Amino acid sequence: MFKKAGLISLILLMSISLLVIGCGENQNAQEEGLSGNLVLAGSTSVQPLAEELAMRFMELNRNVKIDVAGGGSGAGVESSANGAADIGMASREVKDEELAAHPDLKPIVIAQDGIIVIVNQANPVNELTLVQIKGIFTGEITNWQDVGGKNAAITVINREEGSGTRTAFNEIVLHGESFTDKAAIQNSTGAVKTAVNADENAIGYISMGSMSDQVKGLKVNGVEPTIDNAKNGDYPIARPFNFITKGEPDGLTKAFIDWVMSGEAQEIIQEEGFIPVQ
Amino acid sequence: MQARNKLEENFIKYLLLLCAVTAVFIITLLVVFIFRQGLPVFGEHGFLNILLGKAWNPTASIYGILPMTVGTFYVTFLALLIGVPCGLATAIFLAELAGEQVARVIRPAIELLAAIPSVIYGLFGMVVINELIRYMERNWFLNYLPENYRWGYSVLSGAIVLAIMILPTIINISEDALRAVPRAYKEGALALGSTHFQTIFKVILPAAKSGIISAVVLAMGRALGETMALIMVIGNVTMLPQHGLWSIFAPVSTLTGVIALEMGYAGPEHRAALFAVGVVLFCIIAFLNSVALLLIRRGVDN
Amino acid sequence: MLLTKPKGKEKLINLFLWASAFFTVFILILIISYVLVKGVVHVDLQFLTDKPRRMGAEGGIFPVIIGTLYFVTLTIIIATPIGVGAAIYLNEYTRENRLTKIIRFGTELLAGIPSIIFGLFGYLFFVVFLGDITGGWSLVSGALTATCMILPTIIRTSEEALKTVPRSYREGSLSLGATRWQTIYKVILPSAFPGILTGIILGIGRAIGETAALLLTLGGSLLTPTSIFHGARTLSMHLYMVAMETGNMEKSFATGVVLIILILSLNIIANFILKQLIARHS
Repeated sequence: MFKKAGLISLILLMSISLLVIGCGENQNAQEEGLSGNLVLAGSTSVQPLAEELAMRFMELNRNVKIDVAGGGSGAGVESSANGAADIGMASREVKDEELAAHPDLKPIVIAQDGIIVIVNQANPVNELTLVQIKGIFTGEITNWQDVGGKNAAITVINREEGSGTRTAFNEIVLHGESFTDKAAIQNSTGAVKTAVNADENAIGYISMGSMSDQVKGLKVNGVEPTIDNAKNGDYPIARPFNFITKGEPDGLTKAFIDWVMSGEAQEIIQEEGFIPVQ
Repeated sequence: MQARNKLEENFIKYLLLLCAVTAVFIITLLVVFIFRQGLPVFGEHGFLNILLGKAWNPTASIYGILPMTVGTFYVTFLALLIGVPCGLATAIFLAELAGEQVARVIRPAIELLAAIPSVIYGLFGMVVINELIRYMERNWFLNYLPENYRWGYSVLSGAIVLAIMILPTIINISEDALRAVPRAYKEGALALGSTHFQTIFKVILPAAKSGIISAVVLAMGRALGETMALIMVIGNVTMLPQHGLWSIFAPVSTLTGVIALEMGYAGPEHRAALFAVGVVLFCIIAFLNSVALLLIRRGVDN
Repeated sequence: MLLTKPKGKEKLINLFLWASAFFTVFILILIISYVLVKGVVHVDLQFLTDKPRRMGAEGGIFPVIIGTLYFVTLTIIIATPIGVGAAIYLNEYTRENRLTKIIRFGTELLAGIPSIIFGLFGYLFFVVFLGDITGGWSLVSGALTATCMILPTIIRTSEEALKTVPRSYREGSLSLGATRWQTIYKVILPSAFPGILTGIILGIGRAIGETAALLLTLGGSLLTPTSIFHGARTLSMHLYMVAMETGNMEKSFATGVVLIILILSLNIIANFILKQLIARHS
């Protein structure tokens, strides 16, 4: 009987102490320096970069908490418009319809990013022309041997509807034409990488900054997909990373965005594999 | 003293009553909130347009859920086809054939199968089962399948994963139903000279019929509502599966899956449409579970 | 045991039945060992104490473990009083009548609703509608949603536990002059405690494995939660998000290992308590 009472009290004590720690505000907060919470949400292409930037900013300002969530560029615009996020992230320009629906949206370009067309490491194809890429993604070209590869059906991997990367790719490469409806859908840059890595015959497109050895990037029109080539415009597929706020940013939001545009942060952006805004 | 005790007693009684009606309260709130969000969409886009529409295209404001409905039921039926024989066989085994020792190995295994989170099944399916199916698609059935059915993500993957997940439900309820058959039936049949197996298949199984059916219906309900494991293996392509029997290799989408995947980035109209999908899902499952409950109650009364 | 020896065709059926039964064991072992083997390589002290980087593709899962602990504790604190209270009312304070039939029907209905629907409800009600009180996407919203989901389990197991308490206990206590509540509090509950505890542990197990509903209510923040009004992630959520968003299967499997070990431990504890219960009542 005593043992049981002891056990229960112990559990209760633990729970209550967890909650007390949980409910209490940070009592030791220093009064100087920035403090507060920021929520960023949106593009999964911008997300890794935003997380790195947020981490660094939180190191510099210990009383600040920044949450970075995904959801896609569409969600980024939505959540900044309806207030769910302080900053919406989008890997494309804000669309006209979106500006019409929410006229007070303020996008700021924080970086540029190339889009790499990726294939499996075992795929013999190393380069394609923009026309060929368009043909593949619209479904006109369906076999690798039509573009210099093996005799195998091409597995096209596409991004989901709300993806900014998809919208940008659609505009730049497909010139607005529809993607083939036979494409497989993956919901993020990371998922596209996994899918292409797992399938010899797959082709997809991802953010250049997220490129890794898992997959092989194709030369487009003979140009290597590197940051420098994207920076100087030789590599044709690139798009802006936008931080979107509702109205002019102020307070902590403004402080963060100002810092992101500063030399120190732009260096981080370069280190991470993206193109800083000069 | 007496009066204060009475007041205390009454207070506690009504506090506990409040606890008891919480479940009913929650269900009512749930129905109200979800239907309030989802029903207007049917009005705006047309009930039949949504229910039978073959295209789901949120950017163009087209919200036809037929591909997802077909996907959901296709995966579920295939899962039942795979899972019910295995589950029923195991239930018969446990009820009639297994000794103490053997049962002590099998029962905990079934309990554990039920306790494993669905994302673990999804992970396993994504990495192992899809690989196997992709191999089959590209090596055995290459010539029979269209290009986009060679991806590994398929109805078949979903059905296999789902079948494993509903095994515990089928086994537990079927076993209960088999054990509930009065001993007299079994002893009578054996006394008349039937073998044990003849008794099982001609006497016990038919007697346990309604219990077994309710097991299947409940398993079906569970399967229809499964989300996470399926999203990870079926491909989430909102297209109707085609090509007859080869359609088991088609990537599909489910009603539950489309809600989970698209809620994150849906604009207001799109979101309302997802709630409408929720309404449809709720109605299907509420109907199915009510049928199962009635069957169980009828079985008990009998 | 088989009562007659199988002959001819029956031998095949016998084989099939044995095969099916052991197939379930086989599948269980296959899945668990696959995840453990693939993942345990990546699980070390650093993994358990580090913060995640690159959305979980690198680093550890410390905030996720804390998030899971907070979430489960909060859910149990809310769900247990309500669930046990309901069971007490149904078992001790009333007879079967119209009201109890409605209550039971509602509870059964609740038990059958898929988790994604709870997610939608939790989002609408706790995150949006009560957002000012709950903090929007937060541990509170997630715990309240999970409470709705495990309530039927707790009610059901608590009722069964209460039923096992012998009538004589109640009658004896009441005849000594105790009130109904005193009887429940001092005599019945302690006696039914192991059964109720088993139900709670079952509820914990379900809450830990839950993902769909939490994706829509907990928020998925990768920061260590320091307040119950802050968002968080649980192990299941993290496994899914890392697998689907970053494609880093190693980290997913590693998370899976921690998750499986947690669930296995809970199961073992629950069984142990159950054995105590059986031993006591024999």
